[in-house]
Formats: sequence, structure tokens, C-alpha cells
Amino acid sequence: MAGQISGKVRVAIVGSGPAGLSAAARATALGMSHVLIEKTDHLSDTIFKYQKGKHVMATPSNLVLRSDLDFDAGKREAILATWDEQVAAGKVNVLLNGEVTAITGEKGAFTIALKGREPVEAETVVLAIGTQGNPNLLRLPGAELPHLQYQLDDPGEYFDEHITVIGSGDAGIENALGLAADPAQRNVVTILNRGTDFARAKGANVKLLNEAAADGRMIIRLETSPAEVKAGELVLDTRDGQETIRCDRIIARTGSKPPRAFVEACGVTFASEQPDAFPQLSPSFETSKPGIHVIGALAGYPLIKHCMNQGYDVIEFLNGNTSLKPADEPILAEKFAGLPGRRSVDQWLELFRANIVILNELSPLQMRELMLDSRVHAHDAGEVIFVRNDQGSSMFAIAEGSVLVEVSAEDPSITVPIGQGSIFGEVGLISGRRRGATIRAAEPTLSMELSRTAALKLMATAPSAARAVNRVFIERQLLQIFGSGLTAEDVAELVDAAAVEDIRAGKVVIQEGAGDKDIFLVRRGSMIVEKDIGGHPVFLSYLPAGSYFGEMAVIDGSKRTATVKAAIKSEVVRFPGEMFTALLDRKPRLREKALADMAGRREVNQFIESRKDSFGGAVDYYSRTAQFLVDNGIGEATDVLLIDEMLCVGCDNCEKACADSHDGLSRLDREAGRTYAHLHVPTSCRHCEHPHCMADCPPNAIKRGPDGEVFIDDTCIGCGNCQRNCPYGVIRMDAKPPKKPGLLSWMLFGAGPGPGEASYSWRKKKAEASGAEQAKLAIKCDMCSGIKGGPACVRACPTGAAIRVSPERFLSVARLVEDTD
Amino acid sequence: MAAAPDIEFAGQSESDIRRGADHESFLTHKGMRWLKVSFGLSLVAILGYAFADVSPRPNGGTWYGYILGTIGALLIVWLSLLGVRKRAFTGGRWSLKAWTSAHVYLGLSLIVIATLHTGFQFGWNVHTLAYGLMILVILSGVYGIIAYAILPQELSNNRREMTQGQMIEALAAIDRQLEQAAQPLARGEADLIIAALGQDTFAPGVFARLTGRYRHCLTERSLAELTDRTGDETHERVVALLRKRDGQLEQIRRHLRLKALLEVWLYVHVPLTVALLAALAAHIVSVFYYW
Repeated sequence: MAGQISGKVRVAIVGSGPAGLSAAARATALGMSHVLIEKTDHLSDTIFKYQKGKHVMATPSNLVLRSDLDFDAGKREAILATWDEQVAAGKVNVLLNGEVTAITGEKGAFTIALKGREPVEAETVVLAIGTQGNPNLLRLPGAELPHLQYQLDDPGEYFDEHITVIGSGDAGIENALGLAADPAQRNVVTILNRGTDFARAKGANVKLLNEAAADGRMIIRLETSPAEVKAGELVLDTRDGQETIRCDRIIARTGSKPPRAFVEACGVTFASEQPDAFPQLSPSFETSKPGIHVIGALAGYPLIKHCMNQGYDVIEFLNGNTSLKPADEPILAEKFAGLPGRRSVDQWLELFRANIVILNELSPLQMRELMLDSRVHAHDAGEVIFVRNDQGSSMFAIAEGSVLVEVSAEDPSITVPIGQGSIFGEVGLISGRRRGATIRAAEPTLSMELSRTAALKLMATAPSAARAVNRVFIERQLLQIFGSGLTAEDVAELVDAAAVEDIRAGKVVIQEGAGDKDIFLVRRGSMIVEKDIGGHPVFLSYLPAGSYFGEMAVIDGSKRTATVKAAIKSEVVRFPGEMFTALLDRKPRLREKALADMAGRREVNQFIESRKDSFGGAVDYYSRTAQFLVDNGIGEATDVLLIDEMLCVGCDNCEKACADSHDGLSRLDREAGRTYAHLHVPTSCRHCEHPHCMADCPPNAIKRGPDGEVFIDDTCIGCGNCQRNCPYGVIRMDAKPPKKPGLLSWMLFGAGPGPGEASYSWRKKKAEASGAEQAKLAIKCDMCSGIKGGPACVRACPTGAAIRVSPERFLSVARLVEDTD
Repeated sequence: MAAAPDIEFAGQSESDIRRGADHESFLTHKGMRWLKVSFGLSLVAILGYAFADVSPRPNGGTWYGYILGTIGALLIVWLSLLGVRKRAFTGGRWSLKAWTSAHVYLGLSLIVIATLHTGFQFGWNVHTLAYGLMILVILSGVYGIIAYAILPQELSNNRREMTQGQMIEALAAIDRQLEQAAQPLARGEADLIIAALGQDTFAPGVFARLTGRYRHCLTERSLAELTDRTGDETHERVVALLRKRDGQLEQIRRHLRLKALLEVWLYVHVPLTVALLAALAAHIVSVFYYW
């Protein structure tokens, strides 16, 4: 399969991952002159770097594979071997060790410059380089010497060496620990850190590192950076001047550069400035630069099957096959099957694109992609679409017809219409809160329901859609809060003047005693309100997303009566106070309502102040407990397990119940986690408003269920991204254990491992005996959804120590009154 | 100062019910519902005993005795089923806390019901054996209630946010450092440290575990020997590490002791319950056989 390139090829494919390989295989099959350029010395580097024996999944299962190469779920080794064999057998023209440095020229005559070898000439280019990027290179004298490397595959292969690791992130620390793990290798390992601490790394890694240093297995050099690489030596810049140490090998782990800059340098335009934007593409994957095509993860499709299908498709398009329908056509056809009227997939897509305002600017390819992550509905007149207080993070758009919003919880006959082309349900998407109102169809209506992922992707790629959604969100929140007869026109001025601000955790938005007058709306995240009493900050209340604050100073002109600060990283909308005053002047009824609301809040303030002396210690205790809970992520939680250690006898029945209710694996670690004043926050899912785990899930397997639970469905591919992204360490990767003998056979005859999670050794032995291979998938708490009676951990607690709470219920003054009365 | 949307504070929602957010212990569950039930049951039994016209005298063989005996036997069987309920994690609206609460209070009411059932007639026979076993089971249970009420907070205080695994890891980390630090010591001193490190921390047995007294702790002995020999850096470091090790051992031992005290009664309570069930069966069979 060695590369033989004579003259100009028809297509040059850069990157030999699933997308590039499949494209090259198609080109070979069609007899199209081609070359497949791969940076490393083997095919498909990303999968090559998976850990040994990893079970690779093949989702989505309803998508057919269209490729000349075979692919099915299985072990990493088997998949790579199949591809290697088929590529060799098909005589695909592969060029290994070809690092592309630049692509110049125009359609029909591109020049692909390669590092250290002859450039390649091609008529068209297909970029299938994924999103991994290239490691950041060290820029210092001697950086070209061979003992400097940017990757460490097997720490066990180096002996008797002086090795220096550069980089203070997790990758660097893990490499350093690996090299120093076995004293028998007799390596002298040094890790350099330009700063004074390892703030970017995980706490557990830093702890291991410090321990290794205390044991003398590792040398940590803080405030030190490399100055020059020499043969067998490394010159360091330290706080006290230059120093030279012995060094046989340097491992540099200073992060990697996303491929965007390189792609843009080729002349390709991205959809927006957002860091998560993808290149603009035509239906045939052509970029804004004619002749250059982008497929695979770089085009926004991270799953292997998608990538392989696109590789096939792009070559077919280049070969002039314009009638080729994408492989996802049947999936889309199925989505539209339930709608009235006989239209083709393309006609439906066009109808939705043209009728829904925020989708107007999308290309047919983007529309297709969006539709794959969305659902379409046909509602009869009067049909309820969702109900107030339902959980839901999807957003709806009206393609035909209109809906009515029941703005009053008491009287369903009070409604506000939303017309064709507009959206609804955006509050769930932006704030992660429950639905604010019941919505029903006013007439026969066609709607499109965008999943949270699809909607976020849309907002990242189409800036105009993001602006439109944000405006609607602010306007509706204002109307909902201040209600009483206001119309969109009344608040238009306020909406125009509104500014969205990012607030980092702990930052003060309003300072008690200050004279400023603006009003704020919590858009996402949450705030805590504190009042200074006798020199101590006393916790007053917790404000979830959707709340407003700062209006008292505006209404009665007083100074700020309490401090409001962000509990977690949040976004607030700021409205200028004077505009609000003007609005109040125009609307006397609104002023009355505002004054009435204010009286209630003032009572709470006075209550705290008056009771301060009578239960002094309790207020203090309550404030500190509230602060502890906020520090431990309760501020972004929707439902969290707490353990009262005054009652917990440590029987671990909660863990056993969890395991036996969920395929035999526990999703909770009772003992781990932080404790304050006997209130323990175990390692267990908090069901965050904006789940970190959802951020980067290739098959979009993480969803929010009807009771607010964040769960992982069975399309999980076991990549481990969610586990890495969860700041609370509540997701584990494990294989579903074999079935245990029943409870009675254990109690009477001692068969099996008994209640709760079976030991690792039992599971392993039993699984080997059964012979069926199980992939390690992500598992986490699903709040026992689908199990009658609710969360098993709480039901199985014999003493009442385990409780589940939502923050707004737990962090309210009512609790304080309850606890002290 | 600020307001949350009204919807957040609407009445108790379906999800609150699912959560079981009521925060009260098994002893105070639902306003001590089962204490009241148990108290009422006992009162009725006592009143019945006082007013029932049985002849020749109250005992297990009268009609009233049979009623009490049936109630008692059913209670004993039901109470012993807690062991199954606790481990059968089925769906449904049950709460183990409610079961525990009922178990505790109804179990205590057995003292009244069973004693009245005997009619205060005791002897050296299988009937009184069953009664005696039942009283022992109840007494061990009373210890359990006391332990559950007092010990959890001590356990929590002692943990200082560490898990048992972390405590043992911390000890292992200190041991590695101690081993390194002790390298320059003289032979005799080094042997002390090696012996201390080599000692199985958890071997000394049930008595030490339950009392927390470890008389032959070599770490303490090494510390006593080496404390006065400070002066150079090596000795100071070794002594500091020994103190750290001693403190860590103390935490682990207290943790194990509290856990043992929370569990030890079950090793009496459960086997005695099995014995009680057997004696109860013998009691019932013999009563009907010799009727």
C-alpha cells in the first residue's frame, strides 16, 4: 500500500480516520486517481490510540453503513485489522508520515505542501482531519533534537533514564506518574511547572504527584521553564537563574492546537466566531473554498458510521453522482411519515426551513443535520403540547398554525397566542428550568421540536438564530415576571436595552448599601442573597434561574438592602433602572403589583433581622450550612442526595439498593464527598440544570427525563467524555455485570454474592465464564426513573438519613423557621 | 430584595413525593405513628388482661391467652421479616425507615403482650425458653436503638470527610515516607520502625476492636523510645512521621470501633431471632400436641 504518486491526482484525502479511509476506499473502487495522506505511520490514529482491547460501539443503530470498508461494533484491534487488510487488498494509495503544512492553489490545481517531502498536486481536496489537532510544539533552541517527544505511548518501555516532563495539566502529570510508577525502571523523573501550583489538573492527580515527590520518586520544579534543549541536558530558567540538569528524554505535554487555524488558512470560512462552530458546507460537503471538502468530525459528525458514510458520499458527489441521497434519508423519511400531506423529505425540509424564522439562513445540509436531532409533530386544535412545570429542555418552532400560552396557572382561559414561524419552550433550553406555562395548539399545527443539543448547535452555528432566540427569551421572561396587562410593545424598549452578562461563581452583582439602580434577571445559573448582620453575612435566599432581583431600589429609591452574588457560573440580564421607572410611571397597575411583591420580600428581611437575637446561633449555622451546600454544587443542582450523618449508621444499604435497582452496579458512593455540620453530600449525581456531562456526548445519549432526571440512554458508545466532564465525579465506566442468583437462594443457601454490587472479581469471573463480551459504558444515577416508588436509595435507608432535596426547597428561609421553632 | 418565580413554590409536587424529602429519623417517623400504635396495643392488652374473665387463672391456655399468643407469634414472625425487606429492593411505595420504626416500637410492645400471654407462669421448659430468648432479642435490640441514636455523629466527627479507603491509603502513604526516612537510623532503631511497619494493624482481635485499646501497638512503643532522641534532622523527621502514623492509626481504630459497635449487636440479635423462631415453633407444636 506504499504511495505511488505520479503527477496530479483527482482527489487528495487528508487524514486516514474512518471518514478519510472510507473516502479513499470509494475512490479506489471507482478507479478515481487519489492519494490518502496520513500524518503518522499508521492508519486511523484516533482509534489506534484507544486503550488496548477497547470495545468500539457502532451507533446510531438505525443508520445504515454505506462504505466499501466493513465496520461493526467490536474490539479496537479487530476493527483496525479489518481496515488495514481491506485497504491493502483494495490497493488504496496511502502516503504515511505525511504531515500537511499548507494547502494552496485553486479548484483543479491544489498544491499540498508536506513536511520534509515532495508536495502533492491534486484537483480537489477532502479534509478529514478530525478535531484532535496537533500538539503545541516547544519553541526553544534545540527543539528539533530527537529526544524531545510530544507523546508517551507506553511509560513501561523506558529504563535508567533521566526524563523531564514539561506541562502542568493532567496529561503531563499522568505521564510523569506513569514513568515513576515502577521503581524497578530506575528512572529519574522531573516535572516542570512554570507556575506555583497545578491548578489546571484534577485534585486526585495533584495529590498523587505531591505524594510521589514526598516519597522521593519524583522531582517537582515549580516556577521553572525550559530554556534550551541540548544533547543529554536541559537548560532551565528558574526563579534563581539558569540551571542545567541531566536529561535523556523530554516529554512535552503543553496542550494541543485545534485544527481550525489550519483549515482557515486553507481559505475555508467557519459558520461563526464561536469556538465550537463548524465550517460552512454545501450539501456536497464543499466548503466556501471551491474544491476543498470537509467531512467527519471536523464537519460536526463525531460518530464513526456518520464519518464513513460521508467519506463514501463525498467521493460519489465528486464523481458526478448528484442524485445520491444521503444515508440518513430513510431516518428522515420516517420522522416525516406521521405528518399530514404527501411530501418528499426535501420538500418537508424546505417547508420547515422557509416557514420558521430562525431557520431561514440554514443550508440544506445544516437543515438535514438539525432535523436528525429533532422531532416533528402534527397537533390537532386544542391539543396540549406541554404542561406547566413539566421538565423539558427542548425548544419548539411553529412551521404551520399557531399555539396558545396559558399565562395564568389558575385560569386556563387567559391565553396569549404565538404565531407561525415563531418559537416557544426556549426557557427550558436557556435556563434549564421546568416549563413555565401550559401550551396548546390553537388550530391544526405543525411543530418542530429541537432537542437541547440541536438547539445549542443551531445557536452556535447561526448567529442570527441565537440573537432571535435570546430576544424572545428576554421579552417573555419580562412579561411573565411583571405580567399584569403588559404587552410586547410595552417592554420593547427594555428588551432593546437589555444586556446579557456572564457572572463567574462568587462574583457580587449587587452590593448591599450601594446606590446603583439596575434590575437583573437570572438567565442561567443561580444567585444567593446575603445580608450583613453584625459583621456576618447571613444567607437570606437562593434565586434559581428565572428569578429577578434589584427592583426594590428602583421602586422606592432606597439603597441596596442586601448583597446578591453568583452561586455558580451564571448569566444575568441587566435592565437599566431608569427605563423601568419610566415603565412604572406609565403603568400604575404594574407599580401596585410591584409594591405588593416588595412588601412580602421586605417582611423576610425584617423577619431575619428581628429574629437574629432570639436565635442568633441558628441563623449563623443556617448561613454556613447554606454556603457549604452552594460550594458543593447544590447551586446548579435540581435534585441531590444528602445524608444526615446524625442518623447514618454506615450500613451502605443505599448503595446496595442502588446497585440492585440498576443492573447490579451502584451509581453512588456514600462515604466519599464533603461534610459540614453532619450534613454529607455523597458522590452522587446532582442532576445539574445545565449538565456538564451533556457538553460533549458524540451520540447525544445523555438526556433529561420527565422527572428532571439526567440519564444516559442505550446509545452510549463508552467514550468516557461525560466522565471526564463531570466536576463531581459521579459517572463511572463499567460493564453490565452478569445476573446474580436471587435473594432467597442467597439467604437460605448462600448462593452468589448477596445483595448489592458484586465484587469486581466475582463479576469478572462470572463474565468470563459466560463468554459474552460487554462494553464498558457510562453509568450514572437516573433517579430510579421508571421504578415505582421513586429513588431506591431513600426508600432503602433504615434510619431516615438519606434524603433527596431540590435547592430551592432546602435553601429557603422556611427551613430556618421550621428548624428553630 | 428578590423573587423566584411562583411556580417554584407551588405545593408539594409529584417529584417531592417521589423524593421522600421529609427529613425525620426512624424514631420520630410520621409523628411517632408506630409508638402510638404500639402504646395503644399494649394498653388494650393490659385492659383486656385486667377485665377478661378467665378461669381458673390467666395463662397461655385460656381464650384470652390464645389471643395474646397469636398476636405475639404473628408479630415475631413479621418482625423477623425485616431482614428480608431490608435486602429485597423491589419497586413500590415502601420505605425501610417506616419498617424500622414499626419494627422498633412493635418489638417493644412484645414485652407487654408476651408477658401477659405467660400469665406470669415461668418454669424450666421450652415455653419459658422461647420467652427468655425473646427478651434477649429485645434487649439486644434496645442496645441497637441506643447505638443508632448516639454513635452516628461520633462516626461522622471522626471521619473528617475521609472514607475508610482513604484512611488506609493515608496510612500507606505515611508508611512509605517513614520507610524512606528511617533508612539512616542505627540498626536497633531501624528495627523498631521495621517492626512497627510490619505489625498487622487490624489483627489484635474482637476485644481490641470493640474497646479501642491496642496494648501491644509497636508504633506507640517506637514513639516512646525515640521521642527523647531528637536533635538531628533524621530523628526529628522519623518522630514526626511516627506521630502522624499514630494519629492516623488512632482515627482508623476509632472508625473501626464505632462501626463495630454499630454492628456487633446484630451478631446477637439475628442468631437469637433464629433461635427464638425455632423455640417458638417448638412451643406452639408442643402446646397443641399435649393439648
